[in-house]
Amino acid sequence: MNEFLNTFFFGIFPYLAIGTMIIGSILRYDRDPYSWKADSSQLMSRKGLRLGSNLFHVGIILLFFGHLVGLLTPHWAYEPFMTSGQKQLLAMVAGGIFGSMMLVGLLILIVRRFGNARVSATSSFWDKAILLMLLAQLILGLLTIPQSAKHMDGSSMIELAAWAQKIVTFRGGAAEHILAQNIIFKLHIVLGLTMFLVLPFTRLVHIFSAPIKYLFRTGYQIVRKR
Amino acid sequence: MGHFIDRLTYFSKIDGKFAGGHGITTKENRSWERAYRDRWAHDKIVRSTHGVNCTGSCSWKIYVKNGLVTWETQQTDYPRTRPDMPNHEPRGCSRGASYSWYLYSAARLKFPLVRSRLLKAYRAAKQVHPNPVNAWASIMDDPIKANDYKKMRGLGGFVRGEWDEMNELIAAANIYTVKTYGPDRVVGFSPIPAMSMVSYAAGTRYLSSMGGTCLSFYDWYCDLPPASPQIWGEQTDVPESADWFNSGYIIAWGSNVPQTRTPDAHFFTEVRYKGTKTVSVTPDYSEVAKLTDIWLNPRQGTDAAMAMAMGHVVFKEFHLGKKSEYFEDYIRSYSDMPMLIMMEKEDGYYKPGRTLRASDFTGNLKIKKSDNPDWCPTVYDETSKSVVSPNGTVGSRWGNKGNWNLEAKDRATGKDIWAQLTCIDDRDEVLGVAFPYFANQPHDQKLFNHTDHEDIQVRNVPVRKVTLKGKKTAYVATVYDLMAANYAIDRGLGGDNVAASYDDHVPYTPAWQEAITGVDRAKVIQVAREFAENADKTRGRSMVILGAAINHWYHMDMIYRGIINLLMMCGCIGKSGGGWAHYVGQEKLRPQTGWIPLAFATDWTRPPRQMNSTSYFYNHSNQWRYEKLGVDEILSPLADKEKWADYSLIDCNVRSERMGWLPSSPQFKDNPLGFKAKAGDKDIKQYVVDRIKSGDLEFCCEDPDHENNYPRNMFVWRSNILGSSGKGHEYILKHLLGASNSLMSEDIGETGGAKPSEVKWHDKAVEGKLDLVITLDFRMSTTAVYSDIVLPAATWYEKNDLNTSDMHPFIHPLSRAVDPAWESRSDWDIFKGLSKKFSELCDGHLGVEDDLVSVPILHDTPGEIGQAFGVKDWKKGECEPVPGKTMPNLVPVKRDYPNLHKMFTSVGPLLEKLGNGGKGIGWKTGDEIDLLRGLNKVVREEGISKGQPKLESAIDACEVILSLAPETNGQVAVKAWKALGEFTGREHTHLALPKQDEKIRFRDVQAQPRKIISSPTWSGLEDEHVSYNAGYTNVHELIPWRTLTGRQQFYQDHEWMRDFGETLCVYKPPISTRTINDAIKTRGDSTKQIALNWITPHQKWGIHSTYSDNLLMLTMNRGGPIIWISEIDAAKIDVIDNDWIEVYNVNGAISARAVVSQRVPEGMSMMYHAQEKTMNTPGNEVTGKRGGIHNSVTKAVVKPTHMIGGYAQLSWGFNYYGTVGSNRDEFVIVRKVKKLDWMEEAYEEGQPINIDLGNIDLKLGAAK
Repeated sequence: MNEFLNTFFFGIFPYLAIGTMIIGSILRYDRDPYSWKADSSQLMSRKGLRLGSNLFHVGIILLFFGHLVGLLTPHWAYEPFMTSGQKQLLAMVAGGIFGSMMLVGLLILIVRRFGNARVSATSSFWDKAILLMLLAQLILGLLTIPQSAKHMDGSSMIELAAWAQKIVTFRGGAAEHILAQNIIFKLHIVLGLTMFLVLPFTRLVHIFSAPIKYLFRTGYQIVRKR
Repeated sequence: MGHFIDRLTYFSKIDGKFAGGHGITTKENRSWERAYRDRWAHDKIVRSTHGVNCTGSCSWKIYVKNGLVTWETQQTDYPRTRPDMPNHEPRGCSRGASYSWYLYSAARLKFPLVRSRLLKAYRAAKQVHPNPVNAWASIMDDPIKANDYKKMRGLGGFVRGEWDEMNELIAAANIYTVKTYGPDRVVGFSPIPAMSMVSYAAGTRYLSSMGGTCLSFYDWYCDLPPASPQIWGEQTDVPESADWFNSGYIIAWGSNVPQTRTPDAHFFTEVRYKGTKTVSVTPDYSEVAKLTDIWLNPRQGTDAAMAMAMGHVVFKEFHLGKKSEYFEDYIRSYSDMPMLIMMEKEDGYYKPGRTLRASDFTGNLKIKKSDNPDWCPTVYDETSKSVVSPNGTVGSRWGNKGNWNLEAKDRATGKDIWAQLTCIDDRDEVLGVAFPYFANQPHDQKLFNHTDHEDIQVRNVPVRKVTLKGKKTAYVATVYDLMAANYAIDRGLGGDNVAASYDDHVPYTPAWQEAITGVDRAKVIQVAREFAENADKTRGRSMVILGAAINHWYHMDMIYRGIINLLMMCGCIGKSGGGWAHYVGQEKLRPQTGWIPLAFATDWTRPPRQMNSTSYFYNHSNQWRYEKLGVDEILSPLADKEKWADYSLIDCNVRSERMGWLPSSPQFKDNPLGFKAKAGDKDIKQYVVDRIKSGDLEFCCEDPDHENNYPRNMFVWRSNILGSSGKGHEYILKHLLGASNSLMSEDIGETGGAKPSEVKWHDKAVEGKLDLVITLDFRMSTTAVYSDIVLPAATWYEKNDLNTSDMHPFIHPLSRAVDPAWESRSDWDIFKGLSKKFSELCDGHLGVEDDLVSVPILHDTPGEIGQAFGVKDWKKGECEPVPGKTMPNLVPVKRDYPNLHKMFTSVGPLLEKLGNGGKGIGWKTGDEIDLLRGLNKVVREEGISKGQPKLESAIDACEVILSLAPETNGQVAVKAWKALGEFTGREHTHLALPKQDEKIRFRDVQAQPRKIISSPTWSGLEDEHVSYNAGYTNVHELIPWRTLTGRQQFYQDHEWMRDFGETLCVYKPPISTRTINDAIKTRGDSTKQIALNWITPHQKWGIHSTYSDNLLMLTMNRGGPIIWISEIDAAKIDVIDNDWIEVYNVNGAISARAVVSQRVPEGMSMMYHAQEKTMNTPGNEVTGKRGGIHNSVTKAVVKPTHMIGGYAQLSWGFNYYGTVGSNRDEFVIVRKVKKLDWMEEAYEEGQPINIDLGNIDLKLGAAK
């Protein structure tokens, strides 16, 4: 049973979650374009937003890219520069710093979202739920730091990276890499995947439309031929 | 392709570049743009307007999309008027542009609402009494049951009702009331028919065919200027706004044109480009002040003093100084200046008396008895060197027809005359004549200054000695000579109290006014001179735009007469670009004569029951029980104080009703439906007169707290009577409604004041007189909140109706752009449904009944020459009670209750039988009824309406108005002018003949607003050559004004006018309402507080209360109730801008935010009137209850001179004359709120209704 659950959550569920995220997002973008927005509540209240929102966003963006790079970079690519142990230490320190930033920001946002009457009244279920999910995920993430400190050789990091790389390269046996890992890592992964799963149903879709391109735009006058 | 795939264009998106790479061309998908295009796309545009009391009548495009109204924009297709005249459009303002918000908002009434306790009681009663009328009776018979829902008024507790059940309940209550107490106990209030005349008519048609009472609005709103009927015998006939553009000099006197006449204000600015000078007179730095060349800021309420000083300058320089021939000709022909006034001898002086009449002479100056010599005032003819009575007097109007005109002719002989203005050069003597002076008493508030002049000012006047009947002799003076003396101008006749110089401190010099108003005398002299000089050079093109600000004072008639005197002296009335422009709340009902039969069901029964609202509410909300103003305080020093010793204000009103001056409602203590049966073989009229005379039958007004004598059922539609217009709001809540209230005043019984002599006193006044209050509205107004049943009405975009204004000459539709939303219905359909239910339910209760209607002596009827000399009260045995002469007329009327619905839905036979008409003239209407048979089709159903034109829909009703009115049917206009010609002996039809074939229909005005046709029921012309201007036909067609003298009257000679010192215009300071001292005594505490004058102007973010609860307007303003105070006063009580403050006096209390502004002068608080108390109003520390509306601190105070009747132009008419609800003399105490309380806790059973005056511990640490 344990093995089955392991295979399901770490071998099958990732594809379900990411598949739902991709297909769901495309459908939503096509069918309901007006809902494709960040749903800012700044109109309701500006208080605490500058600090909270910036801390949160800076923290989560850097954490996201840290995970992306850390998990998907093949072992041979960084071996010439650092050992697994060093990489793990880097991940723990950077993750600790950005995680703390995000934690402060997120707590401010949660207090505001639930405590401010105007903001609270105009929030949907998912607006509130997603914040709580993020908080749970962040706490789990931060808890992995002391867990990792127990074995500074980077072995479990290598296992996790191997899992991730197998998943994205559609190779079998990915779940086996997780079987022996600590429950905290397992919960962290499942919750993370769950957030991918719910992403198309929440305001998180704004991730895909971050106006980065604006910084690099060309042409001040646009003539549309069609 | 899908949006997503369409975005996958990373390599092909940019198609080319230009402008050095700064421009790019792309080939991307543009379907997203459709969203923006669809946003402004719509399915149709319908023309409608806003039936709100703003006189705008603006043409709007209503956009409809998917069956919903989306937005509105200004329509710009008015017909052009004259060359060189700016366009009328675009008309409309931000308020109108926000209207569509209401339709689908939370404020919208969507379903019938009913007080749940009432509904439960009614349903329970129906279980026992299946007949609805009996069920209602069972509730009424049990005071506990009735009080159970009455006390909840204003405290919520509404549940959704079903239309059928609501109609049944209302009809049952109406039938019960008609049967038990009398039809006049069912009453309805709706204002300004011109806003939406069919909707108004729906309710009054229902009430009038039942015999119910229709209440006036104009007087109650205090928008009615009593000066207008006094001077002209005409109520508010004014120039259209386009006529401002013809003016050479405009004074905006208490009228905030850009704020309150927004769509018209452009004419005011445009005319300045022609070189016209503009002056504003406002105590605060208002919006209009910034628009004018000169700003004069007299202390509020003292405008009459400034006007008198200006009159002093104009009369001295231009009349006595003979600077203007034009002025002299004008006043000789068109005013009462040459009329002779008899001097009455008193100890040591003479005082001006009544006009000298033809009947004072032996042989009546050759005027036949049948030609009313009693009513023929006289002049001295310089040609024949004798006293004659000229054409045009009221006596000639109702005598032999054909010489009621303004030709300078002797009425008796037809010889040309030359009326003498002054006898100073061939005088017989110079007499010392006394003039009253009122401004020498210190006001109890230091704000208002006084001077120390004697209260009797004796001045020398040249007089002529005449020999009268019985060889008696009398001294007479012309009004001209009295005017000169009244203005205190030194004419070299010696004597005291006159001024040779403008700097003399004598009333009414510019120097004197400076002490009262605070305005620099040089400015006053300058403006007076410029105003007159312009009028002289342009032959009358000087204009005064005047407004509510100065009409809402107790002595508003003095302010208005002071200003109008200037206009008359300068020959401006009836002249293009000149005259008085009073645009306050009347909104000219242009097709009035076509509308009256529809509205008051005079096509089926005549006359309707109409009542003046001020006296009505003063009486029935028991405001008289708390009256603090004594008659002796306002009497003239020249009056016989003894004569008035026993009279309080309510006594004056009772006398007035009894003598047939003012109307009564309810009328008699007994149900009038019972008179016929009791009279038996005796004539019903005689039967009632006998009973009245013996004292067996009382007028209701003599005992207003008796259960038989007050109103029972009240309909309110198109109105917010309890909020916007409820002067003495808390008194109304307490006594009429029995609702929770904040009244803190003690009545005369408690204070030990003198009780009224004519009114029966009950120690305990009734609380909760009304059994059922029904409000029709589209939004949850303050009135709706206090009602028992609220019926959801269609909005102005959901019904068909007509709308007119005095600001422009077009007739405009309201159109049904969409069907009424949810379960709402148009007013027409609601009352039609009620009439149906009424007819069904009256079986077994009411059949064909005999009613007796009491009607006061009406203006513009032959009865108006009823009481020629002196005031005689039959009750005191001074004369016999003669209906229609010394007491109200009594008219028997048949009521066919089972056929009420058939009458409602068809045009009745009386129009063909008796014709139609208005303002004293009549014509036949057979052709028009035949036309309506074609247009509306004919009733085929058997019964009394068979063969009559149908009147089913609101459009049918519009067609009735348009077909019958001379203004919209050229054929009728020609008939009407012809009918007038019979009176004047002159040919007038040339004014309408070019438009004889024009017939405006409803679909025409929907296609485009239409210019109306000139009609003799108005005094201006709708013409290709001149803008509409009041008095134009009087001056240019020599049609007399409908006054005693037939001319514009500077002089008022009625006995009561003399007793109250208002024969000629004088300055009277604001009265002392005495509402704050008692309040401070019981309610004051350690908080800093200040007493300020209470001013309630028209607002910027609403039209009265409408829009004041509209989210868009709330967002533009401060989102709730606000009060403006000056920086100086704010500092005194430690208030800064946006602080919560409360204001209170014994009338009640208000909570609001403070707007602290330099704009406001010290001593004044301004609360823009009618900010709904339903919006963001917190609790009040003084009362412990929720803060009120601006009327919570006001109380109506009536004025006896407005009760005069039976005397030519001083005769009553619906919305024409009568007592008015003034409210600006009021003071309030202002202080900062310590702890704001939103009072959000639930209602507790047994919560006290009234404020306990004994308990002054208000959680404030107040002195206990």
